[in-house]
Amino acid sequence: MDFVRNFPLFSVALCLMSAVLCSVLGAKPAKWLTLSVQAVNCCLSASVAAFCLCTGESYLYPMGFIGAPWGNELRGGVLEGLIGSSAALVLCMSVLGGVRFIKRDILPAKQNLYFLLINLVGAAVTSLIYTNDVFTGYVFLEILTLSSCGILMIRDIGRTTLAATRYLILNLMGSGLFLLGLILSYDITGHLLMQSMAGSFDLLEQSGEHAIVASVAVGLICVGLGIKSGLYPFHFWMQDTYGSATPSSAAVLSGVVSKGYIFLLIKIMCRVIGIGSPLLEGARFILLVLGILGIVMGSVGAMRQSSVNRMIALSSAAQIGYIYVGIGLGTELSLAAAILQLIAHMLTKPLLFLAAARLTEVSSGSPVFKALQGSGRRDPFAGAMFSAGAFSMMGIPAFAGFSAKLYFCVAAVEYQDLAARWAVLLALAVSTVLNTYYFIRTAIRIWSPIGPAAEKPPRHELAFVAASTVLVALNLVIGLWSGQISRVISAGIEMLS
Amino acid sequence: MLDKLLMNYELAFAVILFGVGLCTLLFHRNMIKKIIGLNIMDTGLYLLLASMGYVEGAKAPIIEDLTNIGEVADYINPVPSALVLTGIVVSVSVTAISLSLAVRLFKKYHSLDLDEIYAIARRQEKEVF
Repeated sequence: MDFVRNFPLFSVALCLMSAVLCSVLGAKPAKWLTLSVQAVNCCLSASVAAFCLCTGESYLYPMGFIGAPWGNELRGGVLEGLIGSSAALVLCMSVLGGVRFIKRDILPAKQNLYFLLINLVGAAVTSLIYTNDVFTGYVFLEILTLSSCGILMIRDIGRTTLAATRYLILNLMGSGLFLLGLILSYDITGHLLMQSMAGSFDLLEQSGEHAIVASVAVGLICVGLGIKSGLYPFHFWMQDTYGSATPSSAAVLSGVVSKGYIFLLIKIMCRVIGIGSPLLEGARFILLVLGILGIVMGSVGAMRQSSVNRMIALSSAAQIGYIYVGIGLGTELSLAAAILQLIAHMLTKPLLFLAAARLTEVSSGSPVFKALQGSGRRDPFAGAMFSAGAFSMMGIPAFAGFSAKLYFCVAAVEYQDLAARWAVLLALAVSTVLNTYYFIRTAIRIWSPIGPAAEKPPRHELAFVAASTVLVALNLVIGLWSGQISRVISAGIEMLS
Repeated sequence: MLDKLLMNYELAFAVILFGVGLCTLLFHRNMIKKIIGLNIMDTGLYLLLASMGYVEGAKAPIIEDLTNIGEVADYINPVPSALVLTGIVVSVSVTAISLSLAVRLFKKYHSLDLDEIYAIARRQEKEVF
């Protein structure tokens, strides 16, 4: 049974070994190796979640022969397992569903390198999820930045190179602020392992020493990770990045990469500083305000776009705003809602990007709304998948998006501060109306009758059908059994704290 | 205030370097100057880290003679030095990727001025759609 404790290490090691192998393999074997490794990773992380749920406790896994406080550690828990398995599955489905576009957009000689980068993304996200050492977190944060920049710029067209530049600059700024926050924290605590830092932060809080430095450090960490994950007003790179990347890359970046940063932030807030700590009050307030603004402004921005890729990209800013509202409220219920939203968004966004790419393909390759008229009739399966994703984003009952929004409403209603409560509820209402407007408008357009120039329906590839079906099915599972899943998430949050 | 600043002059200098680097990274239009700004920012951070582990009069924690180990206070804290080394490796990789992006941008747009490049990209996009 205790063999399961090794699984977090195996997950990271498997991805790294697979990345090395991909560099010498051809494109096809590299693709299958990557898909198999991510599928195995998903099972390994699910086993970790099940193990911790059964035993009722999390565990620390020392790396090498040097123990705490000097050595490096991983930590297995319910939340780590749950997010780790979701991330691996979404990574696998994003690649599988977009294989055709990878072949179309990337030079044959570079396709194995694309799978190498996907494996590096997998390794970095898994490490961010399982790490118990903040500096290891920083190193893998940078590896994730570089590998995600790689999967973006490997599509060698001008607009993508420009998008990669903007993405890299913003991310490096975020990394710099995060590292500065980390160094200041190390200066006042003398530790890098999460539980040792937490002990020192407790002592500092009681004694009142270094209060300003501690608050600045915490603020820098939050802002750094906020910038990297696309929190408003640092979301402007999204439309270019997601809009010009190959669909698989857009799906991976929006579904997996940004969630890795957010989960690290949640972990630091819960395990190192303590979500209820007075040191976090200022940072939580800023995250709440920016989250609310992100929900509204992201939806307004998405509504004004003229192409489907950019609309989906900007709606991510709104959806990430929800997660930050949950973190900003800082109650157990709101954190559970944030994690539920994180998983719901992780499953829905890749589905939307992949389906939109198919619809664009049957519309003379143009993602502009005018060209998409009737595309659902030209490719009914992609149209149905896009509609399912849109329903989840709008918050239609039975889909994961609905459950997350419902939990946010309950968390807001139970929140003590009246102003914050009404601000969150109002933002949720406005965003739901706007989401419904622009997604329904798109759905109507893609299903509306086409003119005489109807194209022949494309042949359905098994890979796309399988990947999108899995994503929709999981979306429905989370929507229909949200009670049980939120209980698992709550157990995970309790262990994390 | 001034005496505290003088006491922590490494910290003050590191923060100034970080600020200069961050502003260059964010506000300069030229891609190469942005990359230089990134390196200045990182240098500020590494200076801050290195200064944390430094102990006046102490030596590097490398033990050559096991019979004469000495006291803990005789050595500097090795953890920040290790972190700086790791950080430098990360920084070099980031610089390499940034430079490769700069080369690609220049090949495609014949300019390193990001404002100019955006203008060209927008013009090209309008022509396509």
